Amino acid sequence: MMILRHLIIVIGVLAVALSVSAGLVMLERRLLALWQDRYGPNRVGPFGLLQVVADGIKMFFKEDWIPPFADRPVFVIAPMLILITVFMPFAVIEFAPGIVVADLNIGLLFFLAMSGLGVYGIVLGGWASNNKYALLGAVRASAQMLSYEVFMGLSLMGVVVLAGSFNLSEIVSAQKGMWNCISQFPGLVLFTIAGFAETHRMPFDLPEAEAELVAGYHTEYSGMKFGLFFLGEYLGITMTSAMIVTLFFGGWLGPFLPPIVWFALKTFILICGFILVRATLPRPRYDQLMGVAWKILLPLALLNLLVTGAIVLAFD
Amino acid sequence: MLSILKGIWVILLHTFRKRETVLYPEEKPYLPPRYRGRIILSRDPDGEERCVACYLCAAACPVDCIALQAAEDEHGRRYPEFFRINFSRCILCGFCEEACPTCAIQLTPDYEYAEYSRQNLVYEKEDLLISGSGKYPEYNFYRIAGLAINGKDKGEAENEDPPVDVRSLLP
Repeated sequence: MMILRHLIIVIGVLAVALSVSAGLVMLERRLLALWQDRYGPNRVGPFGLLQVVADGIKMFFKEDWIPPFADRPVFVIAPMLILITVFMPFAVIEFAPGIVVADLNIGLLFFLAMSGLGVYGIVLGGWASNNKYALLGAVRASAQMLSYEVFMGLSLMGVVVLAGSFNLSEIVSAQKGMWNCISQFPGLVLFTIAGFAETHRMPFDLPEAEAELVAGYHTEYSGMKFGLFFLGEYLGITMTSAMIVTLFFGGWLGPFLPPIVWFALKTFILICGFILVRATLPRPRYDQLMGVAWKILLPLALLNLLVTGAIVLAFD
Repeated sequence: MLSILKGIWVILLHTFRKRETVLYPEEKPYLPPRYRGRIILSRDPDGEERCVACYLCAAACPVDCIALQAAEDEHGRRYPEFFRINFSRCILCGFCEEACPTCAIQLTPDYEYAEYSRQNLVYEKEDLLISGSGKYPEYNFYRIAGLAINGKDKGEAENEDPPVDVRSLLP
């Protein structure tokens, strides 16, 4: 019985995460269109909802071409790697009381480790493509993700200090009195910025930078391999939003509605926020990106941790 | 920093703006009557073909998409034996309409003639000829230019002025 329950949760999380990230492609196009006073895809099915299916079918039937100059095995492994590392953190997120794949006591560290490993998919993909644009994108991705990783972890330590645990379920239940978005506001801002950089979303999409680098690290990818990179990006958005909800917005906590609905609602709003930021901000220059990370955000994260630690110590 | 938040707020307010897109097949834009779209051949108010097969349209056409062959009926009136426009070449410049001395060839505000096969874009005379007189409902070329009939040349009939010698108007 226990095994069955676990299986259902695992399959459910997989299916929901995959379908959400596929639906996000359509949602993003519709929202971007809305904010640019257009309509976006509204032809296929009601409200253009079947656009997702059409895109999926198209992606599957495209020629999956591997360039002859590419490093074949690595080229094939890279997109899988990116998808796996993005999928893994879903295992430790508690969607509702009891609905969690693996209630790890180091859940937060697991998430940080997986987002750190996510760099490999991009770097290997860019390297194996044997193409200068792909390589430049990959180099940028590695530098950017490493820089933002540092204060991403540090910005979360305030939350850990408040909850006294790395376990995500305990972090959620520690927010019963007050959500962390109030007590850890600097942490929220820092983690959100880091989350944008980790998923290389719009203001920080320098690894892709289609204006300068063709398509960055996935220049040479086509067919479903490109689709996996794409899916990885949208899964990353979902995962980061779910993470922000868990860590700062009280996870499934909320009155009246069932916990799972609260979680989904908060995550959805944050995903829309991701798209809103994309609709607004242009990409910074590369040195600005690195400079901000090391000179401003890292000291801020350290300061936040220091102050939080001092307050917790003083009140204990 | 503040400008970033302000920008995000402005974009969020765009949620409530009117959308600029014209949803084309359901909602069509207004096209003025002189819009340069699909080409037609018109008839004069008596229901005769206006075209006198003078080849001026074919000569004016910059992409050579008009082909025709002149013929004469039993009264000596010229008409095109065939008249062919290749719309896959036509650039809708309207030079043919400008060149036409009898207002026979006209461009209409219709642009929906896409085809799956290129060959279907070659329009023959029966496809081009309409039953009405198009943009110039009263105009009849022969009422103005005169017409020779059996026994009488132009301008020799009663209440008729002799035709103007066009060459005398030259500088």
